[in-house]
Amino acid sequence: MEFPGKKRRLIANPKTELYVHFLQFYGHPPLENISLTEFETFAVDRLKLLKTVENLGVSQVKGSEAYKSKLDKEFSNLLFPNKPDVKEEDKVGPNEYERRRKDHISHFILRLAYCQTEDLRRWFIQQEVDLFRHRFNRLSADQKSSFLKHNNLHYEMVGLEERKALSDKLIQSSYAVSGPKVEHQDYYKVPFQDALDLVRNRKAYLKAGYVYIPQQDIVITVLNDFRTQLSKALALTARSLPTVLSDERLQPLLSHLSHAYVGQDYSIQKNMGKISLEQIDPLSGKSFPLCMRGLHQALRENHHLRHGGRMQYGLFLKGIGLTLDQALQFWRSEFTKGKVDMDKFDKQYAYSIRHNFGKEGKRTDYTPYSCLKVILSNAPSQGDHHGCPFRHSDAELLKQKLQSYKVSPSGIAQILDLVKGMHYQLACQKYFELTHNIEDSGFSLNHPNQYFLESQRVLGGGGKEAKAEPPQRAPDVAAKPPPDPPALAEMAEDLDAYFQDG
Amino acid sequence: MNPYKIDIGAVYSHRPNQHNTVKSGTFQALEKELVFDIDMTDYDDVRSCCSAADICPKCWTLMTIAIRILDRALREDFGFRHLLWVYSGRRGVHCWVCDEAARKLSVAARSAIAEYLSLVKGGDETVRKVVLSDPIHPSIRDALKVVEHYFPQYALHDQAVLGLKESVDKVKDLHTYFESEKNPEKRWGLLRGCATTKQGTLKKGQHFEKEIMLQYCYPRLDVNVSKGVNHLLKSPFSVHPKTGRISVPIDLRQLDKFDPFDVPTISLICAELDRPRVGEEEEQVPKEKDSDLDAAERRRIRDYKRTSLAKYVKVLDQFLDGVALSNRGELLKKSDLQKDF
Repeated sequence: MEFPGKKRRLIANPKTELYVHFLQFYGHPPLENISLTEFETFAVDRLKLLKTVENLGVSQVKGSEAYKSKLDKEFSNLLFPNKPDVKEEDKVGPNEYERRRKDHISHFILRLAYCQTEDLRRWFIQQEVDLFRHRFNRLSADQKSSFLKHNNLHYEMVGLEERKALSDKLIQSSYAVSGPKVEHQDYYKVPFQDALDLVRNRKAYLKAGYVYIPQQDIVITVLNDFRTQLSKALALTARSLPTVLSDERLQPLLSHLSHAYVGQDYSIQKNMGKISLEQIDPLSGKSFPLCMRGLHQALRENHHLRHGGRMQYGLFLKGIGLTLDQALQFWRSEFTKGKVDMDKFDKQYAYSIRHNFGKEGKRTDYTPYSCLKVILSNAPSQGDHHGCPFRHSDAELLKQKLQSYKVSPSGIAQILDLVKGMHYQLACQKYFELTHNIEDSGFSLNHPNQYFLESQRVLGGGGKEAKAEPPQRAPDVAAKPPPDPPALAEMAEDLDAYFQDG
Repeated sequence: MNPYKIDIGAVYSHRPNQHNTVKSGTFQALEKELVFDIDMTDYDDVRSCCSAADICPKCWTLMTIAIRILDRALREDFGFRHLLWVYSGRRGVHCWVCDEAARKLSVAARSAIAEYLSLVKGGDETVRKVVLSDPIHPSIRDALKVVEHYFPQYALHDQAVLGLKESVDKVKDLHTYFESEKNPEKRWGLLRGCATTKQGTLKKGQHFEKEIMLQYCYPRLDVNVSKGVNHLLKSPFSVHPKTGRISVPIDLRQLDKFDPFDVPTISLICAELDRPRVGEEEEQVPKEKDSDLDAAERRRIRDYKRTSLAKYVKVLDQFLDGVALSNRGELLKKSDLQKDF
């Protein structure tokens, strides 16, 4: 499989030179032939890895122990390199070498899939940067220096005499650096244009146009370098893309990959019509996330919801399996208990419910809102009940609500702590754990419908609910025999299905 | 048609008035000086003598302080060498950084530099506009040295910041430290004493005294002027439409003596030009046989030397000589590298 437009390069001993470190800048594309199977498997695995990076990034604090261990576990599961300090001999042993090769190749394949639009590029760069940061931080100080040198990153080291002379200033500019540390730690001198974040926030000493960075902070500059390089590379890749896409074997897979990143949006309802309207009340207490529980309660109390609430809750209900008819019945029965009579309902509200189901207007089947969307867009104002209660409610009100739902005081305290640290999805996960009486939710929350499905799974789901498939289906995909071109379409469909299952 | 106002922006890839004829995306700014604009109105909340467009000798000190602090930071921290400070003609100063490296800076870099130099943050609703963290960055320490030098005269006397009730009220809870003491210097002494003894217990933190000084005196620049590669700035030697004053370069060696009210106005210059020329005969003999037009032109060009503008043009000339020298140095280096002798 040759990538178009790249020169051939002869390497003396590819094994020892190419993959000396377990992470790399991906400056040079791979130059070997691989089978179509490997092409697909590698691509899919890396995509799973990047999706994990994304999920962990919102649901955990980046760099925390939990984040690190979960990400490392994913590395192992998907056979990506995760051992920075393997002994010299082991590094070229088949296992680690194979993993690094996979890392290398899969990155370049995904570049093809993610270079086409601004959105795709932004997403890809963000996850790759986070991934790089995680790996870089796992290197020891020596390994970091060796890595930088190996990649010709000319971060000039500050000599000992200069360090001593500037020692006062260096101490005064960094929060975590004390006197003796300056003498013993390495400092790098970088042109200020390459370390703008440190300059902007006055986080480092600046002299004659150079920023003096302690070793512990060098990752910021390295990341900026990586990000810029990758951005340029993607722009270049986009230009050679038409040639690549003309290869019929690749085109379907690449387009499926780039659509799959949107992933689990719960727009395909596997359990349509499996919920009856009478079940909604009890379900709201047991399996709805806090936001939807609140919306449901507000609807029952006021017999009305404003537009934001109707959208958020309505789409959620669609996601858990309500049919259009059920939805119409549900909303009509509730609204007519209030100030709206039948005719008015049909005229004003029925249309938009049908619109949500894609039966009107431009016929878009709207997807239920993810947590990110609920938290970040359309903040509620006076009289609204939508949004994320962990984000948009006052701490006092949130506390009262949780107390009324019989959450234990220590649990409430934990939740409020997470909210203070702005970890809203973690707070919701904690709410899940407390209301279902389990230690670890076992998933990273990023969608209200995901909350519902996971809850049903934990509660044993009365058989009527969604097939609660375990998230990992890697063995299935990898075990497929090498397909001929016609079978590719089939595999691509499986790919779709994989990414849209619960 | 003569221009009455000249603004300077960036060097573009194509003539700006033809930007529509060029393929979209290819018309772009290639280089532009890094510029800063300090405007006295940004200090209204800490000036008691004037407000809005007015200035007076008492508040001009703020500009002196700003120039000293920014000049040091741009030269020592960022390594820039060619800085031209210009009086804007009414109520502020501009700085033109003309180093080659500065001209090539990206928008992100310009914005980062402006942020680095910004310390006073917040609008009307913020009373405590300067928050110092530990440790205090070396550039802030250097700035504090400058402020401390000017503070007693400027703030305590000229502005009477600790005297007038209005000024005192502008900084939260300040008056609680003075009680019955009326004398500004004694009040300041009290404040400093409080600050040292109450280091740990002061709710506002240990840097109360420093924060106050900086809030009154640290430079307040408009980040948007410095960020944009599209931004235009008034050319030096323009005439200010409201005051008639000429935007003259400031000689930093005489900074403390600079008086904005002494800057020539256009009417003054006209009057000086209308004066009968002295010793005209020597000047008028042309070396070659030129037409009358050229001689008149040459005379016009030399005329500025008879006016008050002479010394300011000299400042500009010296500045340009410096830039030319370093350009030549660069060219020499480059041709050496190319082995081009």
